[in-house]
Formats: sequence, C-alpha cells, structure tokens
Amino acid sequence: MIRALALLLTCQLAGETLTRALGLAVPGPVIGLGLLAVLAVVHARIAGAEISAIEKTDLGVTASALLGSLGLLFVPAGVGIVQQLPLIGAYALPIFVALLVSTVLTLIVTVYVFIFVKRAITWGAPPVDGGS
Amino acid sequence: MTNPFSIWVYLSATPLLWLALTLVAWIAADAIARACGRHPLVNPVLIAIVMVGGVLVATGTPYQTYFEGAQFVHFLLGPATVAIAVPLVRHLTLVRANIVPMIVALLAGAVTAVVSVVAVAAAFGVPREILVSLAPKSVTAGIAMAITESMGGRPALTAVLVIATGIMGAVIVTPLMNALKITDYAARGFAVGLTSHGIGTARAFAVDEIAGTFAGIAMGLNGVATSLIVPLLLRWL
Repeated sequence: MIRALALLLTCQLAGETLTRALGLAVPGPVIGLGLLAVLAVVHARIAGAEISAIEKTDLGVTASALLGSLGLLFVPAGVGIVQQLPLIGAYALPIFVALLVSTVLTLIVTVYVFIFVKRAITWGAPPVDGGS
Repeated sequence: MTNPFSIWVYLSATPLLWLALTLVAWIAADAIARACGRHPLVNPVLIAIVMVGGVLVATGTPYQTYFEGAQFVHFLLGPATVAIAVPLVRHLTLVRANIVPMIVALLAGAVTAVVSVVAVAAAFGVPREILVSLAPKSVTAGIAMAITESMGGRPALTAVLVIATGIMGAVIVTPLMNALKITDYAARGFAVGLTSHGIGTARAFAVDEIAGTFAGIAMGLNGVATSLIVPLLLRWL
C-alpha cells in the first residue's frame, strides 16, 4: 500500500510541477492521472503482462480502496456550506433553481450527444463490446 | 477526575477529534445508504455533511478548526484523482472506442453547463458577482475556485455551489437516465462526471465500474474545457 501511495503522490507531484511550469489550464492531478495511465501501459508491455492484471497489483488494490470511498473525500469541503449559507442569502431560491435546471439540462445534453455521435460513427460497423 | 469540559476544550482544538468525526459520520452515512439499497435519493455525501455540519453548529465550532482535522481527508482528493488511471487502463479498449463521442459530448456539455446556469440565474436578477461564482459549478472544487478568482467572483461561494451541483447530479442521474431508458453506462457515466465532477463520479462508481471510469475521464476533461470556456463566455456578461 505504501508503494502504491508513493506512486500516486509522485504522479500527482509531477503533474502539479508540469502544470505550473508550463502554465497549463489542466489541473495537476489530471496530468498525474495521464502520467500514471501511460506508466501502467508501458509497464504492462515491458513485463508482457495482461493490462487487466493491474487490478490485483498493490496499485490496483489501493486505487479501488480510494475510489470506493470517493464520496468521503468531499465531506470536509462540503461542510463549508454551513459557514457560507449567509453568503447566498436572499438569492438562495434563484440559485437553487438555476443549479437544478442546469444540472438536468447538462445531463440530458451530454448523454444524448454522446449516444448520437457514437451511433453515427459506428453505424454499419460491428458493435464494440461492453458499455451498452 | 478532570473536568469533562476541559477534556472537550482540549479535544475540540486537536485535529484528532474532527478527523475521527468525519470518518465516523461517513461510515454511518454510507451504512444508511447501503441499508436503503443505494437509493439515489439517499446520498451518503449529503448525509455526512449534514451530520458533521450539525455537530459544528451545535458546538459553535468554527469551520477553520474543523478543517484542521478534516484536511487529511480533503488532501486525498488529489491522489484519488490520479488513481482513476487504474480503471481507465483496465477499460482502455472501451475508452479508445468512445474517443469521438466523448470529445463532442464534452464540448456540448461544458457549454450547456455554463450557459444554462448563468442564463437562468440572470433571468432572476442575480447580481454579476454571484453569476461569475456560479459559472464553473460543474467542475471539481479546486479548478472552479481558481476560475472564479481570476474572473472576479467569490471562490468561497463557488466551493459551496460546486458541492451542491455535485450532490444534485448524483441524486438525479439514476432516476433521470432510467426514465430516458438510457442503458449505455459509458454515456451515463460521462454525463454525470461532466455535470457533477467527483461527487457524480463517486455515485457512478457505486452503480457501475464502467460508468465510474467514464465519469472520472469526463471530470478531468471538463475541468480543462470549463477553464477555457468561462473566460470566453463571460465577456458577454
């Protein structure tokens, strides 16, 4: 677990360093995600292992433990709501309505565009396994 | 025997108490969600926030004191984002096959998220400062706060709006997608990760690993897309 944590933190550190050094709009952890994905693929190629075997490695176990409790990690920031409710004040209702309308609309637009584009490009081609 | 009040005074000032409370509240909230069969309306993030928030209000504890303990949990958001590389690599073939739909849906979704929230709030006469703080509400807190700050909004308000959007999307996504009869879990996951960042991704992982993977990718991509879109769109405001 310690090795896996060290790997995750090192990738994040490299990501933060890159994004600051190059002035990128991409957040550090997202660059770290990309770096780790590349490392994992390269490592599997060199070792001649199936990429799906990553699940049983130390990294795989640690990653699924972290992602299995992803919601917990948002609790500290979310508790900040208690302190900032007065900021929203008189606009609480319009803000709530705007967030609700926007959330529903964004979900619908995104999911339909995804599905229609996928259908358009795979039309006539054999279906890709999984995912649907 | 020491006065119990002095024990409280000591403990309430240490990170230990607030870290322990956060973990225990989460375990309880997650147990409630599980007992309800992971019903979408029973959102464990919301339950845990209400529990911990209630304790802070009842004891008059300042948020800063609480955060000194809770920051250890908050810190793990970074490594957890990096960890999404593991399911990504595991489902690499499926991700590759969906590259084009992802890019088009990203552009459509990112613009919809920003324009719709600003338009509705502006129609209600919400002042500009709050509109700016609302615009990046679909992206993960760290990025959203940076966007708001550079546009002259209130980062602290943005953090609250981001969490609220996250919980809304996580609650709405399952009943909405079921009602629309959408069975493509890659598309469902991508939509909720784009709309509701990490909280949506947490919900997606609780439903289906493929949905979770695509949600994680969408969260990352939308962080980038929104930081480019907001400055462009707010010029017309």
